[in-house]
Amino acid sequence: MTAAHHQLDARHLLCPLPVIRTQDFVQTLQAGDILVVLCTDPGAINDIPAWSRINGHQVLETSEHDGEIRITIKVCSPDTGNPAE
Amino acid sequence: MLAARLVMDQGVHVEGINFFTGFCVEGHTHAIRKKDRKKQKRNNALWVAEQLGIKLHIVDVIEEYKQVLLNPVHGYGQHMNPCLDCKGFMVRKAYEWIQANGFDFIITGEVMGQRPMSQRRDTMPVVARESGAGDLLLRPLCAQHLPATLPEREGWVQREKLLDFHGRSRKPQMALAKQYGFSDYAQPAGGCCFLTDANYSAKLVDLWKARGERDYTFDDIILLKIGRHLRPSPGFKMIIAREEGESRFLAGYRYRYTSLDPQSHAGPLVLLDGNPAADDLQLAARITARYSQGRDAETVDIQVTDPQGTSRTLTVSPIPASEVLPEWHV
Repeated sequence: MTAAHHQLDARHLLCPLPVIRTQDFVQTLQAGDILVVLCTDPGAINDIPAWSRINGHQVLETSEHDGEIRITIKVCSPDTGNPAE
Repeated sequence: MLAARLVMDQGVHVEGINFFTGFCVEGHTHAIRKKDRKKQKRNNALWVAEQLGIKLHIVDVIEEYKQVLLNPVHGYGQHMNPCLDCKGFMVRKAYEWIQANGFDFIITGEVMGQRPMSQRRDTMPVVARESGAGDLLLRPLCAQHLPATLPEREGWVQREKLLDFHGRSRKPQMALAKQYGFSDYAQPAGGCCFLTDANYSAKLVDLWKARGERDYTFDDIILLKIGRHLRPSPGFKMIIAREEGESRFLAGYRYRYTSLDPQSHAGPLVLLDGNPAADDLQLAARITARYSQGRDAETVDIQVTDPQGTSRTLTVSPIPASEVLPEWHV
């Protein structure tokens, strides 16, 4: 199965809204899907990875350029913490 | 954190719920102001969940919370804080959540006598009753002072292992935190809600008074946290950025508000909330000039842009400091 790639624009939202939007979006995705979240709140660079860790999702990459933060998450199964094969 | 850990120690599976009302202090202005940029930016609820190794569900209750703030059955605290209604609302939302997600009961970190409104001997039962949670609401830190709840009666938790904390002192909690090896935790004693802040509450009341109705949007309550607020006339209010970070943030609202931006000198971005007349724009431009680097110049050029993006430049003399009336400050 090919993983679907998605993008969430959470720019100009203040924390915790980027986390909430990410949480709600991830609930609509399948294990193995890739989600790129765009944010501008500096808190998101800590909060979204923290949310991902405690919910068993994998952060593949974080980057920051000109005040824009880009976080790439691989959605994992809520039960096993494993991405789909 | 302590209540969750106490119950987890009894082998109970615990997950966290955190409600976002829009009035939560943490995060917002920290992300905007330069002086706060050095502060560690972490969401405490997420951080606590990670320390405990539990999942956390953050729930957006911004819209629903309006009714709590606008029509509190039990009234307000010292400022615009509807603490008792707020607690009842959150426990009710938690009750709905556990029913929807297959959980058995709710735990909170409340301590009898800790807070003057929602954590009194007489009000704690009100929260349990009005939330609908009833005896599915367990307060592990002070359970010994309360009647046994269903989880205790059914033996899902052992009552004798629950605690008897009471009163305003946080020393017992700090001692327990030390016992658990928690050296870092959110600073106690409230301060987590803007509605307990006198200045913020005054701005909120001013907003309602100026608009002639008690209502707000999410953007309204965010903007109350940003900048210096001046109301030179009943018809409009100025939101004046205090630094570059706030100017950048306010720039995101230029499509909704008339904005003023000094051109000939460095200065803050200013938003106008309300319906400013032509004379008001002149006055607002002069005030904006006062807060710019051109405050001592003969004239300052201020670009005025309406929400549709049409701009014009006003050349004005900065208003003298003595003419900025104290009562303008909201």
